[in-house]
Amino acid sequence: MSLEAVLIIAAILFAIGLYGALARRNALVVLMSIELMFNAVNLTFVGLARYIVPAGIQQDLGTLLTGQVFAVFIITVAAAEIALGLGIVFAMYRNSESVDLTDAVELRN
Amino acid sequence: MLFQEIVFWILAVVAIGAALGVVLIRDLFRAALLLVLVFVAIAGFFVLLSAEFLAVVQVLIYAGAISILLIFGIMLTRNVPQGNMANRLQIPAAVFAAMLLAVMVTVAVQTEWAGLTGDQEDIASFVQTSAVTNVSAETAAPALAVTDLTVEQHDSVTNAGLADLLVSDFVLPFEAVSLLLLAAVIGSLVLVRSR
Repeated sequence: MSLEAVLIIAAILFAIGLYGALARRNALVVLMSIELMFNAVNLTFVGLARYIVPAGIQQDLGTLLTGQVFAVFIITVAAAEIALGLGIVFAMYRNSESVDLTDAVELRN
Repeated sequence: MLFQEIVFWILAVVAIGAALGVVLIRDLFRAALLLVLVFVAIAGFFVLLSAEFLAVVQVLIYAGAISILLIFGIMLTRNVPQGNMANRLQIPAAVFAAMLLAVMVTVAVQTEWAGLTGDQEDIASFVQTSAVTNVSAETAAPALAVTDLTVEQHDSVTNAGLADLLVSDFVLPFEAVSLLLLAAVIGSLVLVRSR
């Protein structure tokens, strides 16, 4: 359990989420993949907060928690994102009876 | 230490396997359940990285609230038989993700991280484990006795709770994120309202 191991696992999760967000047709799966990416970034922040010396450690030991504070903010933003994303998916479903992103071409041309 | 290593690698396998399942499995409902498994595994990582508060928040918000919302979405949109199809960009997306992964792994391995020294390691694990509460000076004394700290450092250790940081150093982002959450909730209400 070293910093590199945490970072590599987070990178793998992020890459899987990126693939899912780019290559899947179902809007809900894209939302789930975005959640995966958020979680990977959170894992990176917490891992770095655990293993790395922050610049201001001599003045204020609270800087040791900066990574965790950022993770809290990311969790909040992810909650806002999922609320809006599901709202958009439902609006799309009501308009076209489908959540398939390749069918969402109303704005083309 | 050995026990932590074993748990860490089990969690790693579970998280990556379940994440692959989320994007590759055809049944949307099972994909959502595997996503819950990923969230719980990440909460386990947070415990191992001495971020207990975040682990609890992770279980409450991700494994509790967000996954329930997603399952509601899957149920309400009745697209389950068609399932989780790939679009035309499947191969370019896989190549792009693999290249990005290679870059991130290279950077993570090749960077020389300035790790914590022995003393700092003790203080760090103490500060982060006690992040949830405001530890009193008496409780903190045994943990701090091993490290010779100045008085100011001693005070900043015992006052370094996560909640204190959120309403002192990070109060502006805290308020901004509250506004963002309010705007997002109002926005989604407007989006799903029936006309």
